Amino acid sequence: MSAYLKIDHIDKSFERGGVATHVLADITLTIDKGEFVSIIGHSGCGKSTLLNLVAGLTPVTAGAILLEGREVNEPGPERAVVFQNHSLLPWLSVYENVNLAVSKVFAGRKSRAERHTWVMHNLDLVQMAHAGDKRPAEISGGMKQRVGIARALAMEPKILLLDEPFGALDALTRAHLQDAVMDIHARLGNTMIMITHDVDEAVLLSDRIVMMTNGPAAHIGEVLDVPIPRPRDRIALASDRSYLRCRQAVLKFLYERHRFVEAAE
Amino acid sequence: MTATARKAAIEAAGRPAKSGKVVPLGRAPASGFDAGRTAASLARNVIPPVIVLLVLLAVWQVSCSGPGASLPPPSQIWTDSYDLIAYPFFEYGSQDIGLAWRVLISLERVGIGFGLAAVVGVAIGALIGQSVWAMRGLDPIFQILRTVPPLAWLPLSLAAFQDSNPSAIFVIFITSIWPVIINTAVGVRNIPEDYRNVARVLRLNQLEFFLRIMLPAAAPYIFTGLRIGVGLSWLAIVAAEMLTGGVGIGFFIWDAWNSSRLSDIIVALVYIGVTGFVLDKLVALLGRVVARTSAAA
Ligand SMILES: Nc1ncnc2c1ncn2[C@@H]1O[C@H](COP(=O)(O)OP(=O)(O)OP(=O)(O)O)[C@@H](O)[C@H]1O
Ligand SMILES: [Mg+2]
Repeated sequence: MSAYLKIDHIDKSFERGGVATHVLADITLTIDKGEFVSIIGHSGCGKSTLLNLVAGLTPVTAGAILLEGREVNEPGPERAVVFQNHSLLPWLSVYENVNLAVSKVFAGRKSRAERHTWVMHNLDLVQMAHAGDKRPAEISGGMKQRVGIARALAMEPKILLLDEPFGALDALTRAHLQDAVMDIHARLGNTMIMITHDVDEAVLLSDRIVMMTNGPAAHIGEVLDVPIPRPRDRIALASDRSYLRCRQAVLKFLYERHRFVEAAE
Repeated sequence: MTATARKAAIEAAGRPAKSGKVVPLGRAPASGFDAGRTAASLARNVIPPVIVLLVLLAVWQVSCSGPGASLPPPSQIWTDSYDLIAYPFFEYGSQDIGLAWRVLISLERVGIGFGLAAVVGVAIGALIGQSVWAMRGLDPIFQILRTVPPLAWLPLSLAAFQDSNPSAIFVIFITSIWPVIINTAVGVRNIPEDYRNVARVLRLNQLEFFLRIMLPAAAPYIFTGLRIGVGLSWLAIVAAEMLTGGVGIGFFIWDAWNSSRLSDIIVALVYIGVTGFVLDKLVALLGRVVARTSAAA
């Protein structure tokens, strides 16, 4: 079987005023259906850029991205994005934000009543059904992020792309949402790619962790398998041996090795 | 960014903050009608202007009561123009009608001219705001055109339309369209990249993007432009009617001047001022309503 998502020798540079910045160099990665992959790396190395390439929001400079054998060259609802800053439309209520996505994606495929049920079902998944009438300005940061996840899930995407979805949240809310995402992943079996800065988060949620070197011209430094059986429980894991080993490997990469990665090559 | 645009941007930036803590409308009346508080706030807002007005009228009365005064004092205006003040809706003939009718006739022209300017201005502004190059190329031209005084357009307009009524409407249109275009374009430029990305992931088409994202996101800017525009069109109509004739309020002033009815002119000025004030408040109110309910459908 060929890979579900194939990122094939990607290069990305931005050009501005004749000066090119080489951001990503020769990124190759294959992801299986249902897999949960985290991307971790220092700020500014190009994680968001990589995610935007997969989303189709920015074009690749060289190489190709294939989803189920078909080339990605524009954004679309089958690659739903949970944006770093939630990106809910402030003039729409929570319900309308999700409904905008549902009525666009399922136009002609679901009746009005079915679309309503589907919106409510997805709000239910993130425990936000009670706040359907609220505007984004009236709910907390964690709630907004949950609605952002509901909106993305409601598109029934092949791949869910999460750009530091819990970055701006306090530790407690973060833990709740991580559990929610793990639960959704277990129930729906979505393929997910998540960017994070948080080592514990990466180990807890991922099947594989992709570690990126520092830019410019960042590339994949190391890919770590996380051989911890699911369902995972954060308290039990705190003393789990393979959890600690994975955690240490990532920390080592980020805080020791990445400094002389360039020199070592 | 240009000065108007920047001012608009600042005003617009200030507005979402205010509407940010929009409390559901139903809640305020639910707290009960507090007669005392309402009366107090009414007093705060009404008493000072009334006092100032009385003082001004008194000063005017005293300073224009002398034998050599060139302007009539308020008491004389009251007696001279009592019919105009007391009966805004009289109709003695096709040329001899109350001031309220004249204002309404002028408002109809403004409605057509400004309505067209609003629709065309938002459409053009939306197109220009989408493209950096269109913005760079056209902005200086608009900045020059918007400073052309309304009356300077009139000869061209008369030459083009050969008739006074369409000419007056065109002058309103061409005077009020620039701030609408410029502010809409700035609003569209300032739509956060995130909203555009949401639209792209959902594959909204051009029309859906315009209705669902662009209009609500740029609404504060658009309404700033409309408010400036409606003020300008009211300026333009009075000036244009002075020259093109007809039965509007502008021509009334010109006519009164030609027959030396200074009192009538002053009464007409009050009508014009109050109408302009109401127009401005109406557009501002509409802007707030739209900000609160936009795209709720
Ligand atoms: N549109 C653009 N034009 C020019 N350069 C860009 C553009 N977008 C990103 N870059 C550059 O690409 C590099 C990577 O940016 P990116 O946002 O992908 O980093 P990141 O890893 O997501 O960082 P963070 O963890 O802080 O979010 C940065 O040096 C940035 O300046
Ligand atoms: Mg980023």
